[in-house]
Amino acid sequence: MESSWIMGLVGGVLIGTGGAVYLLGNGRIMGASGIIGGLVDGSGRDTAAERLIFLAGVVLMPLLLLPFVGDPQTRATSELWVLAAAGLCVGLGTRVANGCTSGHGVCGISRLSLRGIVATLFYILAGGLTVVLFRHILGVI
Amino acid sequence: MHRLIALVAGGLFGTGLYLSGLTDTTKVQGWLDVFGDWDPTLAFVMGGAILPMALAWALIRARAGRLRPLAGGTFPAPPRPEVDRRLVVGSVLFGLGWGLAGLCPGPAVASLSFGGWQGVVFLGFMVLGMAIAPRLRDRLDRAVPAD
Repeated sequence: MESSWIMGLVGGVLIGTGGAVYLLGNGRIMGASGIIGGLVDGSGRDTAAERLIFLAGVVLMPLLLLPFVGDPQTRATSELWVLAAAGLCVGLGTRVANGCTSGHGVCGISRLSLRGIVATLFYILAGGLTVVLFRHILGVI
Repeated sequence: MHRLIALVAGGLFGTGLYLSGLTDTTKVQGWLDVFGDWDPTLAFVMGGAILPMALAWALIRARAGRLRPLAGGTFPAPPRPEVDRRLVVGSVLFGLGWGLAGLCPGPAVASLSFGGWQGVVFLGFMVLGMAIAPRLRDRLDRAVPAD
């Protein structure tokens, strides 16, 4: 088994543990788009502090681990229009669908939610077609 | 209590995203690139993440009514069963953006810890998309004929 697969599994278990802590501790579903979106549209004003602290944890832990783990590459494209279009689609889509990879994918599938499973199938399908179209046919990403 | 738990959960989430390689956009695009050089790592991340969550849901189900969240309140209601237009259109839009840049909301936030302007630009436009999302939601609802 490749080492990246093992690290994927280890990282995945940590992501799921974070979700379990959030659920059993605060009684909430850990969805990154919901946590951020509630701050953006004001629907999460009552829990704004909790949301900001969660996001601080997401940024701070990798920062603390950087010296030990290394390889801080996101390898994100520097093509401005790609970043802009992608960000816009992700922001719009996750709020319209009421969830992203963490909410629908991790928290939804694990409770056998039909909506979580359907959402995950559609975003993986759309993502796959996007890579085929923009990488292999148009050659822009 | 709520805040401490949020910090721990966020810390675990960020650590997991970083260690699993989900903050590396080439890994995400490699998973989506079924017709190219396919990278199955993301399946391991998903599988690993679903395990502890499934245990948590099972615990809540097994102790239905007797178990309360540690910081108080109640557990989420059972998931809604209906698959509607919003869910499908939103998920397709999300997948389009995810494939284009290889970033979804969690890893985009975690990528801020590495610096670089790309994550900031992505997040800026993501927030813009989130701000205009209610308008698209309304439009999708109106497009459904009343019965």
